[in-house]
Amino acid sequence: MLSDIGRMLLLLRETLISLPAAWRQRAKVFDQLFEIGNASLFMACLLSLFIGGVLALQTGPVMSDRGVTSFIGGMVGLAMCKELGPVMMAVLIAGRIGSAIAAEVGSMRAYQEIDALRTMNINPIHYLVLPRLIAICVALPLLVVFSTLIGWMGGALVVVVNPAINLSYTGYVNSLGDMVAGGDILNGLIKSLVFALIIGLVSCHQGMETIGGPRGVGRSVTKAVVNSIALILVFDYFLTRMMINL
Amino acid sequence: MEIHGVSKSFGEQEVLRDVDLVVEPGEIFVIMGPSGSGKSVLLKHVIGLETPDAGEVLVDGKSATAEGIRDHCRMAMVFQSGALLNSLTLAENVGLYLREHQLKPEPEIEQIIDEKLTLVDLTEARDKLPAQLSGGMRKRAAIARALVIEPQLLLYDEPTSELDPLMAATVGREIVNLQRRQGVTSMVVSHDRDLAFGIADRMALIRDGRILCVGRPEEIRANGDPAVAEFLNANFKHEPESSE
Repeated sequence: MLSDIGRMLLLLRETLISLPAAWRQRAKVFDQLFEIGNASLFMACLLSLFIGGVLALQTGPVMSDRGVTSFIGGMVGLAMCKELGPVMMAVLIAGRIGSAIAAEVGSMRAYQEIDALRTMNINPIHYLVLPRLIAICVALPLLVVFSTLIGWMGGALVVVVNPAINLSYTGYVNSLGDMVAGGDILNGLIKSLVFALIIGLVSCHQGMETIGGPRGVGRSVTKAVVNSIALILVFDYFLTRMMINL
Repeated sequence: MEIHGVSKSFGEQEVLRDVDLVVEPGEIFVIMGPSGSGKSVLLKHVIGLETPDAGEVLVDGKSATAEGIRDHCRMAMVFQSGALLNSLTLAENVGLYLREHQLKPEPEIEQIIDEKLTLVDLTEARDKLPAQLSGGMRKRAAIARALVIEPQLLLYDEPTSELDPLMAATVGREIVNLQRRQGVTSMVVSHDRDLAFGIADRMALIRDGRILCVGRPEEIRANGDPAVAEFLNANFKHEPESSE
């Protein structure tokens, strides 16, 4: 575990050093961005709509009973942008994109394609890791913004159609506007950037460390997803703790 | 290319034991030996994909694992499996080196790709993915990709495995042609005796990670070592059992 973390930090260092080569790899970055968007946009939309809806559904009637309906919009708004949007999107991307990266890079490792790159004096970090890491770091914060907006809409929909919640659409929007500040959205974006780094690094690292044939690739994919999700949740706590004090 | 006292182990398994070899510029040097004898691992040491536990590999006087060695000496390797990038077409695989290093303008790269694919008789498969090709076609494509580098040192790992006899002969002739036309130094790892004796200027026999003998093909044939004779004379003939 510790040696894995050490090797991931080394991978991060090498990737940061190779950043000047990013412009040359822009075509691959766009390919990856397209792939991430294509693979996750619909699922992000579906998840966010229902998460926002469930938040309103669970809290709405309770808050209505206690006469604090004016906080429902703010509660859904804050939960989506500071916590559920970043974490749920990170888990989604870890499952859909992190696994795909670990499988692709792992297969390349198992079938000597990475060795072939090295013999051609092509740095695998430049060719494989850098474009994927940049694409995830751009895509995840954008997905989080998208997810937050859809989540807010999901909450609004439930508030409007559920008679047990005694709040109008305007009341919901006003509450959301009153309680959610720009800093809260920034808070979620910072989290999502850290989560993106975790997913990209863990997945590329697991792929590059693949040993053996198809079974080895399978092991790498499982480890990439499980380790990414575990690290996302651990970092989420510490990031929240840190940003509460800001 | 010089190999001095190279040893390598993977865990408990000792793969190379104190290997010494010298390959002269412009020669075709064949390393023969049974499967699992350490031939491919030795080749990986030469191209810098493996680091020896002991000893050193020098290419043109510099360590094979030194920074910038591939700028100092152009090297290429044809892998046993071909190791083509599965997400790229054949033409993209062949042009990968030139495009990634931005060595030529695009029209010239296309021209070189066509030239190399014609050389290995794969022009019609240029837009196919490696998964759509036979093992032999993948091997030939890997050779085309290696030739694009215009290597000074070209390493072949089992270049004729998975090839039919006609294509194996073509590949063998191409290895010789490259040496004659461009003075390419070639190091070939193979257990194909016909290929080895057909193209080698010098050869070595390796077994259990040790070099058994080095010399010209006629010297290897005349070698009296029973282990060498066993490998060279192995055949499919059924030995009749003794009646006693």
